[in-house]
Amino acid sequence: MDISPLIISLKTAFVATFITFFVGIYMACFVVRMKHFQGIMDAIITLPMVLPPTVVGFFLLLIFGKRSWLGQLLLQFDIRFVFSWEAAVTAAVVVSMPLMYRTARGAFEQIDKNIIYAARTLGVSEWKIFWQILLPNARQGILAGVILSFTRALGEFGATIMVAGNVSGVTQTMSTAIYSAVQADDDATAFRWVIVVVVFSFAIVMIMNYWVNYKTKNQVLAGAGK
Amino acid sequence: MRLNVDIKKKLMNFELQAAFHTEGEVLALLGASGCGKSMTLKCIAGIETPDSGIIELDGQVLFDSSRKLNLPPQQRKVGYLFQNYALFPNMTVAENIAFVTVGDRAEKKKIVAENIRRFALENLENAYPQKLSGGQQQRVAFARILASEAKILLLDEPFSALDSYLKWQLEQEMLEILERYDGAALFVSHDRDEVYRLCDRVAVMNQGHIEVISTKKELFENPQTMAGTLLTGCKNISKARLIDDHTIAVEDWGLQLHIARRVPQNLYYAGFRAHFFKLAEDEMAENTFLMEVVRVIEDSFSYLVLVRVKGTSGKTLLWDVDKELWQKITSTSVQLFLTIPADKIILMEK
Repeated sequence: MDISPLIISLKTAFVATFITFFVGIYMACFVVRMKHFQGIMDAIITLPMVLPPTVVGFFLLLIFGKRSWLGQLLLQFDIRFVFSWEAAVTAAVVVSMPLMYRTARGAFEQIDKNIIYAARTLGVSEWKIFWQILLPNARQGILAGVILSFTRALGEFGATIMVAGNVSGVTQTMSTAIYSAVQADDDATAFRWVIVVVVFSFAIVMIMNYWVNYKTKNQVLAGAGK
Repeated sequence: MRLNVDIKKKLMNFELQAAFHTEGEVLALLGASGCGKSMTLKCIAGIETPDSGIIELDGQVLFDSSRKLNLPPQQRKVGYLFQNYALFPNMTVAENIAFVTVGDRAEKKKIVAENIRRFALENLENAYPQKLSGGQQQRVAFARILASEAKILLLDEPFSALDSYLKWQLEQEMLEILERYDGAALFVSHDRDEVYRLCDRVAVMNQGHIEVISTKKELFENPQTMAGTLLTGCKNISKARLIDDHTIAVEDWGLQLHIARRVPQNLYYAGFRAHFFKLAEDEMAENTFLMEVVRVIEDSFSYLVLVRVKGTSGKTLLWDVDKELWQKITSTSVQLFLTIPADKIILMEK
C-alpha cells in the first residue's frame, strides 16, 4: 500500500500548525491590543472558519493563480504555486488559523489585566511580559488551539483540492485519497484510509480530553483573580 | 521624593482634574467610588494617559502634554499595589521578586534574599501565589515593589474587597510596612477610618476634583466641603442659613444654633457628628434642646438613636450613644435634653 498520503498529510499538518502557531498568536496579541476596528479585524481573521472551504479555495486561486499579480510574479521565478505541496500547506494554514487565533485570544483575555499592568510598573519589558507572563499563563488555551489547528489542518479537504489538487505522491493527502478511491470504486483503499483518519482523530481528541481533565484537577495556574 | 501632579482627563460622567503634590509622607486620596481616585493613580503609574497636564516625580518629568512627553510605565519607577496584588501566578515567591530586579545573577540573588528577609517570607520562597494567604500575598507584592526600586508607593484600595477581620490584619501589616518604608506613598480609599489610621495628610476628591488637602486632624475637625463632611462619616447634615456672625438657622432640623467660630458669609450646609451630642446638665444651656425619641436602633456597641427637637416636624438627628449611658437614660429621666456643642458644628461653604 502506498503510504504517501499519510506522510503528506502529516507533513502538511505539522508545517501548517507550526506557521499557524506563530501567526495565530501574533494575530491574537495584535487584535487584543487594537483600540479601533477590533471587531472588523476579528471578523476578517475568523472568516475562513465559517466560509465553505471551496470559497476559501476560490480566494486562494484568485490570489495565487496564474492570472493574479502574485501568480505572475512567482512565475517570473519559475515557481508554480497552484497544485504544489506549498499550496496544500497554505490552504491548511488559512483554514486552521482562526482556531488558533480564537483560542489564543480567549486565553490572553482571561489573564488578569492587573498582572500585565503590575509587570509594566515593575519595569518588565513588553518582550519579557509576552514570553514569561502572557504565554505561560495562557499555555492551556494555546495548547488547545494547537491541537484544534492540527486536526483541522490534517482533515482539510475543500480548499486543498482546489488549490493543491490531488496529485498522488505530491499533494494527495488522506482526505483527498479517500475521495479518489471512492471515485475509482476502490472501496478497500477508501476504507483503509477512513480507518486511519478515524483512529488518528479519535486519539487526538482523547489525548486532549485527558489533558484538559488532568489540568482542571491539578489547577496550578488559577491566576490571582478578583 | 517629591511628586507633582496636575492633570486633566475626560471621564465618562465628569472631567478628572487632579492637582496636588506630596513629599515623603503618606497622602490619602479619599473619595466615594467612581470619583476618579484610582484613575489618578493609574495616570501617575502610566497605565492610563491623561488628556493634558504634567506629572513629575523626584525631579523627573513622567508626563508632560505640552512637550508630548509620556514615559512608559516601565521607566517611571512607580510602585503600584493592586487590590488583588497581581502576583505572577506562574512564578514562585522568589521568582516573582527576582523577575523584576535588575543586575547580574549575584546582585539579583542578594536583592531577593534581602526582601525575603525584610518581609518575613523565608519559608514561602518556593510557594506559588495561589497557595498564599492574603497577608502573605500583600507582603510578596510589597517585596516585589521594593525590589524593583520604586520611588513612590501607590496603594489602590488595598483592603476594600476583604472581610473585616482579614482587613484588620492586613492593615496592621501595612502600617508596619509603611512605618519602615519612610518614602512617599499615595493611598486611595473610601474608608475614613482606614485613612485616619494609615495616613498623614488627606486629599478629598469629589467628582474628579480635589476639594481640600489638609492634615487628617484638620480634615476631621473641619472638613470644609459637603463631600469631605460625608466622607469623614458625618451623618447629620442639613442646609443652613446665616443669621448673624455667631448664629445659624438649620432648616432641616428646625433649630437655631450658636456657633463658636465666626460664621462665613456664604454658608451653605451645616453638619454635626452623631457622637458629639452631650447629655445636658443644665436645661437652659446654650444649644440645648428638648428632644423626642423617634426610633432606637441597637448597634454592636452603641445605640443609634434618632431624635427630633420636640415640637418641630424637622428631620431626625442621629445620636450615637454608649449602651450603658442609654440604659441609664431610659431607666431614669423623663425628659431628654441634648446639647450640641458650639465648637463641634461643621460649617460648609460648598
